[in-house]
Amino acid sequence: MAGARPAERGSDGGGGRPLMSVRGLGVRFRTSHGVWQATRKIDFDIAPGERVGIVGESGCGKTITGLSILRLLPNNLAGLDGSIRFDGVDLVSCSTRQMRDIRGRRIAMIFQEPMSALDPVFTVGHQIAETLRVHTGVSGEEARARTLEMLRRVGIASPERRIDDYPHQLSGGMRQRVMIAAALICGPQLLIADEPTTALDVTVQAQILELLRELSETSGTALMLITHDLGVVAETCTRMITMYAGEVIEDAAVDDALVKPLHPYTSGLLRSLPHLSERRGKLASIPGRVPSIMNMPNGCRFKARCPHAVDACAAEQELRDAGGGRKVRCARSAELDLPGALQHASSAPIAAMVAQP
Amino acid sequence: MTAETDAIVSVRDLQVRFQTTDRRATVKAVDGVNFDVRRGETFGIIGESGSGKTTIGRALVFLLKPSAGAILHGGIDPLALPRKQFQNHRRDYQIIFQDPNAALNPRMAILSSVLEPLELAGEGTRAERLARAREAMDRVGLPQEIGERYPHQLSGGQKQRVVIARALTLRPKLIVCDEVVAALDMSIRGDVLNLFADLQRELGLTYVFITHDLAVVSHISERVAVMYLGRFVELGPTEGISERPLHPYTQALLSAEPRPLPSSMRGGERIVLEGEIPSPIDPPSGCRFRTRCRYAQDVCADKVPEWRELMPDHWVACHFADHPNFSPQRG
Repeated sequence: MAGARPAERGSDGGGGRPLMSVRGLGVRFRTSHGVWQATRKIDFDIAPGERVGIVGESGCGKTITGLSILRLLPNNLAGLDGSIRFDGVDLVSCSTRQMRDIRGRRIAMIFQEPMSALDPVFTVGHQIAETLRVHTGVSGEEARARTLEMLRRVGIASPERRIDDYPHQLSGGMRQRVMIAAALICGPQLLIADEPTTALDVTVQAQILELLRELSETSGTALMLITHDLGVVAETCTRMITMYAGEVIEDAAVDDALVKPLHPYTSGLLRSLPHLSERRGKLASIPGRVPSIMNMPNGCRFKARCPHAVDACAAEQELRDAGGGRKVRCARSAELDLPGALQHASSAPIAAMVAQP
Repeated sequence: MTAETDAIVSVRDLQVRFQTTDRRATVKAVDGVNFDVRRGETFGIIGESGSGKTTIGRALVFLLKPSAGAILHGGIDPLALPRKQFQNHRRDYQIIFQDPNAALNPRMAILSSVLEPLELAGEGTRAERLARAREAMDRVGLPQEIGERYPHQLSGGQKQRVVIARALTLRPKLIVCDEVVAALDMSIRGDVLNLFADLQRELGLTYVFITHDLAVVSHISERVAVMYLGRFVELGPTEGISERPLHPYTQALLSAEPRPLPSSMRGGERIVLEGEIPSPIDPPSGCRFRTRCRYAQDVCADKVPEWRELMPDHWVACHFADHPNFSPQRG
């Protein structure tokens, strides 16, 4: 049933037209210290059914970007700039009413902590069916039947028993499955998942990532996965967008970004990860810290921490096309040959095999 | 297991039980664990939430009293010492937690926080104590002017350094590190792990490194113990555990770890475990992992698997770990 949804909207599926096109997106907040620019000049596309990872460290603006798409921003918002074309509608300028119709039905979002997203006084069945009733007005009976089917699809054992459980009766992994069921019940075209597995154990994380990938493949729902974990992106997504200090700094196919990152920050992150197979060596680290939102440097925002910085980096950097479907915001990307995940892995024969360009 | 002489900590049949709040049931958080920590090594303990790893860490420094069994520090039982001696003894065994914000008093300047353990211990003159606190800050790479600041003015990585400096002031022999890098950002994590390694080399420290993160534990540890539902299921040299895991749970754990490698390099079948860790109030009979194990047989429900040394220094609790048809999935 749910598998049929994307076919119904087949018109936007072909021709390589993106499902969502974000251009020049920026968010400003009003605070007691003046107006702060949290994100700026965010450009990216998501194709129908595509799985894109948004990675970066805390404070880089990845969560705010997810929330901007659904216009779920705090009250001290000073301005939302740029445009978000989603299936012909600009989400930045559309009416609140239009936005409400899109939210939950065509774009859904799940968060890190399912317990705070679920209402403790309603059964999970009630909360999943609510989305359906609000958006489609189906009968109670029909809603229950579809909720049962959805619970089965997200891998809840004996859903006819679980549907009347309250959130506290479920484990963390099951709660996240319930959130996914509620998010997907209306067959959205895009699911935004913000750190969906960060609060879960690694064996449960593997189950949930597998589920997200499988559901995205079978139902054609595009996935925008926001995470700090490069491993999660590598295992789940096909494209990786790296953010730093409120900007997109690299956009590439996951395998390309991991093997041959074009931005020194992406390369630095990859090298600072302790690897499963490697021991005791000195870990590479990125000196310094992320600049404060109150005091952003001009030009390249990474230059103070970058080992490759030159005078040219003082100039404002744009996200440039780097060929091969890749984009990067770095003045020196064409001349630098930066190490990625491979130089780091100890498994020499495999590294040699894959290092062939 | 190993000779008692080089063991800085010996744990014998350790059990820690808690009453549930309604006092109707008992949680067996740690249920019969045996191991030695050798002087100068880093001993890693990995496990998922609810496995009992944090409880072991707290028991090792006597923040919790064992319900049964013994924990010996360098061959002596600290609980048998007179009160004053016990307090002096504890200074040698420190613990550091995950969240530096919870560990630092927000209203105390950094230098005062670092000084506090020395003040409480009442050692030396005020000037000597100050010198030692400054030396500890220096060692963890904190500039002296940070001493005048307050926790909210520091980054997460700096705060964790302060907590490490404070643990160092009493010149401990062993530090239990409980998820010490879990709250730090990726680019900072490497720095702090490097610091731990440097301090160990310079000061001859022993670490018990408790974490859920396989990459971290295998990077820093000589030996690793894998915990599941209150018991060790496997213990061995890090290379052995990561390259030739013997227990089906260890195999699943390794295979579940998302690795930042391109698809062509990840390879191997992924073992996705069914379900979640059962409740420690009423754990499964026999082998506790059997409810999620793909190799489980009838014997696994009937008999608790023996703790066996299948390879030198490499221990496992599984009835079938030496079975020829039972092979690790990765490596």
